[in-house]
Amino acid sequence: MTDAQSIRITVNGTEHELAVEPRRTLADVLRHDLAYTGTHVGCEHGICGACTVLVDGLPARSCLMFGVQADGRSVETVEALGTPDALGPLQQAFTDHHGLQCGFCTPGFLMLVTAFLRETPSPTDEEIREVVASNLCRCTGYQGILRAVRAAADAGAGS
Amino acid sequence: MPDLTGGPAVAAGAAPAVGAPPGTAPAGRWIGQPLRRAEDRYLLTGRGRFVGDLEPSGTLHLALVRSYVASAAIEAVDASAALSLPGVAAVITAADLAGVAPLRGVLDRPEFVATDMPILAADRVRHVGEPIAAVLAESAYLAEDAVELVEVTYGELPAVASAGEALAPGAAAVHEAAPGNVLVDFTPMPTPGLDGIFASAAHVVEAEVSSGRVTAAPMEGRVCLAAFDERTGQVVLQTSTQVPHTVRTAVALSLGMDEHQVRVISPDVGGGFGQKCVVAREEVLAAAIARLLRRTVKWVEDRREGLTAGFQAREQFYRLRGAFDADGRMLGLDADIRCDVGAYSCYPVTCGVEVLMAANELPGPYRVQSYRVRSRGIATNKTPIAPYRGVSRPQAVLAMERLMDEAGRATGLGAVGVRDRNLIDASEFPYRNVMGASYDAGTYRESLAQCAELLGYGDWPAVQARARAEGRLTGLGLACFVEPTAYGTASFGMRKMTIVPGYEQATVRMDPSGSVIVLAGTHSHGQGHATTYAQIVADALGIDPGRVRLRQGDTELVPHGWGTFASRSIVAGGGAVARASADLAGQLREIAAHLMEAAPADLELAGGMAQVRGDPATSVPIGELARTAHHAAHLLPDGLGRGLEATASFDPEGTFSNATHGAVVEVSPSTGGVRLARYVVVEDCGVMINPMIVDGQVAGGVAQGIGAALFEELCFDESGQPVSGSFVDYLVPTAADLPEFEIHHLCTPTPRTPTGSKGMGEGGSIGAPAAVLNAVNDALAQVGAHVERVPIRPADVMAAITAAASSDQSADRKEAK
Repeated sequence: MTDAQSIRITVNGTEHELAVEPRRTLADVLRHDLAYTGTHVGCEHGICGACTVLVDGLPARSCLMFGVQADGRSVETVEALGTPDALGPLQQAFTDHHGLQCGFCTPGFLMLVTAFLRETPSPTDEEIREVVASNLCRCTGYQGILRAVRAAADAGAGS
Repeated sequence: MPDLTGGPAVAAGAAPAVGAPPGTAPAGRWIGQPLRRAEDRYLLTGRGRFVGDLEPSGTLHLALVRSYVASAAIEAVDASAALSLPGVAAVITAADLAGVAPLRGVLDRPEFVATDMPILAADRVRHVGEPIAAVLAESAYLAEDAVELVEVTYGELPAVASAGEALAPGAAAVHEAAPGNVLVDFTPMPTPGLDGIFASAAHVVEAEVSSGRVTAAPMEGRVCLAAFDERTGQVVLQTSTQVPHTVRTAVALSLGMDEHQVRVISPDVGGGFGQKCVVAREEVLAAAIARLLRRTVKWVEDRREGLTAGFQAREQFYRLRGAFDADGRMLGLDADIRCDVGAYSCYPVTCGVEVLMAANELPGPYRVQSYRVRSRGIATNKTPIAPYRGVSRPQAVLAMERLMDEAGRATGLGAVGVRDRNLIDASEFPYRNVMGASYDAGTYRESLAQCAELLGYGDWPAVQARARAEGRLTGLGLACFVEPTAYGTASFGMRKMTIVPGYEQATVRMDPSGSVIVLAGTHSHGQGHATTYAQIVADALGIDPGRVRLRQGDTELVPHGWGTFASRSIVAGGGAVARASADLAGQLREIAAHLMEAAPADLELAGGMAQVRGDPATSVPIGELARTAHHAAHLLPDGLGRGLEATASFDPEGTFSNATHGAVVEVSPSTGGVRLARYVVVEDCGVMINPMIVDGQVAGGVAQGIGAALFEELCFDESGQPVSGSFVDYLVPTAADLPEFEIHHLCTPTPRTPTGSKGMGEGGSIGAPAAVLNAVNDALAQVGAHVERVPIRPADVMAAITAAASSDQSADRKEAK
């Protein structure tokens, strides 16, 4: 196979230097090379969005990016949003409004919405529905997710 | 410690959708509170543990060579090129698995034909996606490279790609054991005189309804990691399953091992919806290879595999006739049902699972006095089916509710009138239905009345006419159903399964610090059992639910149980937890009585204390009782303390939740697109342990039901080739496709469970296809058109509108005589 290539990426503020095969996805680099297993892989073709992370602040499907494309860039994953003892405001809204059940798709939604609320701190309900429609959830029927995002926005999570 | 139970889940000022009262739980009553889930904090922060996250060093990655033809003899498998690829450790075929038995689901009934599902196909493949060889390599990437290099020589055979083809004279046989391709032919004894009833009935109405093939599509696909532990001689299989003990049984049987030589661990599970309540051959395969190679083996299903080779469901056809008297009372029901079950029988529930349930549960919430049914399971060269949330109920309800709408037109009673006349009345419970099922009390007529009221049914004709005048086609549809939940061993035994699930066990153990561990054989995968079981324990022991933790999903740790499926956990598992908790509460009262020199019967456990009823001044902390039971047991008489735990089982006789769903749709006459304007649920599942979680289950089910009604279908071409291999083709609904659901509750506690709760996990998905189909047909009736199949695609709607416009016959309703 093709030789591994050396890359340097910053994940949640920590810089990592490692050698990866050019075809290795960013999702696999994060999950299996760097142990950020909070990022999940649901379809590997860019539809479900479970693998969404922020690359230089913008949401990206980490299953559709190669690790080498993240060379020199800054990645944020769900592990950066809070800890079990200190949830971030968006995470708190998700638990308050039952925005998750099995929890597999949840990190992708959290990252997607984190970027959305940074850009649009006071969204309309329609804007929320449109952005939440970017990812798939099979458990909740989105009802709790939409309420959670509304509540997080109203509580100023994006500002 | 994280605050797991800091009051109700919905803080003051937040949306009141879960009906949370402000403040904290009333004394002694955690059941009924919408507590935040104990599971959320680690899942929300990426600290969950799913099987795909595990990758011990030295793991071999397993990728499968799968058949790309639907029916063929395997003439040769050449793995030499794959094996020459650096990093490839082995290529395993059926020849390497001598002694590994196939999965064989059996119903011990004469109308059932048992067939084997081989772990790897040996000489014959019966559907696209059937596994033929397993490649083991040092990375998942290499394993997939090597799969491409394995050469399989097929001798193609004729394939049957539909139930119709499979039943045609001279059709190729999927299995030699079933030359006519019928694997189950269920014809229970019909009511005598049924033909006479139909001949003399005032109205006979018909409905012919079908549903497309769908799949559960949990966001986490199937995945497993198998290892061989030389210390214990065990195969250790970590797998994403709903049924750890059943997987253990299947692996042990297939590998010829004692059950204790197989340990099944299932950490967090990313959704299942039934697809993971049966045993996948890939699970057995990974275990067999781990034992064979003495290596750790990991298999991660990709989404294309999930959509083509993962278990599927719901491809059914119903032909119904209903006889009604002049007053609209149903006199008889005559049904012919066909289920396309695919190429194999899933273990352990078999391909009969849809067939039998369709026939047994078709009468539903109605007073069906006479019944004749034939229900067949037909083998085709397609992916095997397995249970999917609601199993046959969404389709059976689809057919019955379509029939009821026709009866409403034929009798002039309308959709609500004819249903109300035939729904079982509150005065008739417990009601024994025509198939012998005994329904506990529910609110069948009341839920219909409330749903109709919420939808504005009385004003609907005027509202609809106004929309029509504006050029809009709107429709209102209803669906009433009963949801039989939590079958016990008696019900499963009647199916004649050779392994009979149904009971559940739980151990409730208090440690010396007064905290409680619950060990349960159920297996939560999104249902929040760590929260709801804690609520049950907390009420029984008078402690805070934050002191209660759940352990599940490890056959080495928890009592034997049947996992989580069929809306059973809060009934069977919760029932066992309630019983064990009551036992433990009794032990605590006895210890307290000894220390306080009081009578156990005079003591209560509340607020973390044992006290003489109504006299807080006498109290002893429960933690002190726990410490005494373990660390100062010499103070207690023999037989008291010396550990503090109880184990109980519960084998439910079955509970019956009920609901009415209502949908309002707008159909575009120019595109055929259907937009859902409203979706209303009025349901009754008895006592809600956690109403927030109940609402979540309803909402998720409704979304899946709407998916089946409007979007989702796994299509195959005429050669049996699947053509829906990605989420671009298989349309799981998004947030943009669904309205805000309006969920309302009635509450009829059941005397059949310790908590008064009924099961409810599947209900949402059961009502939605029927409510949506009826709503679309209510809209289309205005232009003389109708549709009889889900999913209702825009092209189907346009074809119906076009056909109606070009034919006067479309106005000729199906009133037959």
